[in-house]
Amino acid sequence: MIRVELAKLVRRPRSWVSLILLCGLPVLVAVFVAVTHLAPPPGQGPALLSAVLSSGSLYPAAALAIVLPIFLPVAVAVVAGDSIAGEAGSGTLRYLLARPVGRTRLLAAKLIALIVYTLSAVILIAVTAYLTGIALFGAQPVAATPGGLTTSNIAATSLSGSGLTPAEIALRTVGAVAFIAVSMLGVGAIALFLSTVTDSALGAALGALAALITSEVLVTLNAASAVDPYLPTRYWLAWIDFFRDPIVWRNIERGFAVQGVYVVVFLAASWAHFATKDITS
Amino acid sequence: MIVTRGLTKRYGHLLVVDQVDLDVREGDRYGFLGPNGSGKTTVVRMLLGLVYATSGEITVLGQPVPKRAAQVLPSIGALVEGPSAYGHLSGRANLALIDAAGKSGSRRTRGSRIAATLDQVGLGGIDNRPVKRYSLGMRQRLGLAAALLRTPKLLILDEPTNGLDPQGIREIRDLLIELNAAGTTVFLSSHQLSEVEQLCTRVGIVNRGRLVRQDDLETLRALTGRSIVHTPDTDRAREVLDGQIERAESGRLVVADADTAALNSRLVAYGVRVTEIAAERRSLEDVVLSVTGSGSDRVDVLDEERG
Repeated sequence: MIRVELAKLVRRPRSWVSLILLCGLPVLVAVFVAVTHLAPPPGQGPALLSAVLSSGSLYPAAALAIVLPIFLPVAVAVVAGDSIAGEAGSGTLRYLLARPVGRTRLLAAKLIALIVYTLSAVILIAVTAYLTGIALFGAQPVAATPGGLTTSNIAATSLSGSGLTPAEIALRTVGAVAFIAVSMLGVGAIALFLSTVTDSALGAALGALAALITSEVLVTLNAASAVDPYLPTRYWLAWIDFFRDPIVWRNIERGFAVQGVYVVVFLAASWAHFATKDITS
Repeated sequence: MIVTRGLTKRYGHLLVVDQVDLDVREGDRYGFLGPNGSGKTTVVRMLLGLVYATSGEITVLGQPVPKRAAQVLPSIGALVEGPSAYGHLSGRANLALIDAAGKSGSRRTRGSRIAATLDQVGLGGIDNRPVKRYSLGMRQRLGLAAALLRTPKLLILDEPTNGLDPQGIREIRDLLIELNAAGTTVFLSSHQLSEVEQLCTRVGIVNRGRLVRQDDLETLRALTGRSIVHTPDTDRAREVLDGQIERAESGRLVVADADTAALNSRLVAYGVRVTEIAAERRSLEDVVLSVTGSGSDRVDVLDEERG
């Protein structure tokens, strides 16, 4: 069944279009920055972008920062929201279940396809961004500081910061990729749950995005500080801490924990609902 | 093959299926008849374990459903509420996916099995166009192919001839009769009387969620004890059959006499020319209309609502 789900994912034109768009946006940004040499001032614009002009090997991280706020969650929510609701909407769900494919098995196969999609999206973005970065900005050694490359003025602090070897940057990028993939799985789990509730793939995807937007609004709101640590998007940007020296683990750990809880809770809810649901689509 | 006891499904306060006791025997071509919205599809979905019954028991192929659905379903081919497929893929790719899903058939024989099944439903020469460019009838045939892919012991078909032209309907009917002769039990749910009348050996009639009649088609279509006589000599026939004629239209008489042979010789003896004579049977339509009301897609104002 897993193979069937992967085959469906691969043979679906939409999967490829979304991956091309996800990888294309950072490339577009890189071309503009490289041509004009007008990086946003440090602290403004996408994280790390200001540092990129000094070394292209940081561009994967900058690229992830570019797609993280909207593009990537939208793509993941669309794929996850489509997983059950899409089959229900097209009428194929009843034939799959009458085949029979066990409901738990189907859900598990959908989840694995979702994980594969999310991971390949994040990795593909990192790889294309690395190639773009090296090609357009070169691969000078990078300095990292306790303040990080994002918030502080890179030009002023790069000399005082410790140097990062390409291997270290690669390792930290891998950490960032893993963190972002897990964060996206949190989104995916919410969309997957909604996908078992409604027969509209669009509704499920938009529902998950609405949850994210709500979370983003509450994160910026001081009055909501009581629930702040539990919001799904609260630690989304914590992966930037991978690029500080030394790595600041506190928020990264919390981020992993929060996403883990969201994934477990929503997957359990999806399973409980889908396994007992009347299939009337 | 299919036995249900007191099968009931409720959605909130709405009683969709009410105490249905189905009995489909091995080798039957069973017609499950009922107006739109009478609960046919819900029963079919419950048989396949898609919808869970509120109460009652279902036994399919000797196994309880939905408890043992995983063991039963591989021997069932189903077509529920119209065919569906992944529109961007070809018919063959769709069949390959559905075959690979679940406990998949052998991969080695998949190609040849798909080709054989497509041949069976009359899509043997189909090209690689995506299913979204299929006509309604082609989709219907593809759905049927998916149901036949694993040479099922039991076929559960919901409106299988939707969207087919008269020739296609004929073809599918012949195919089903052929499969039935080879040992496949066919359970066909339909609102089309003629389809059931021409195909089925046993009929269950459902109305407003209740199974109101279940019997052999022959029994349902019993003789009425009347004969139909066609003759150009209506007036002469009237004299001969004085008092026995229940209705007379131009050239067609309904005679209250079941013995067609005796009636014929009597008419001929008196010089009445008979062009056609036959014992009257109840049509399935009469039977169905006598036990069901109007379909539930018709929503009338209730008297108390009129106030």
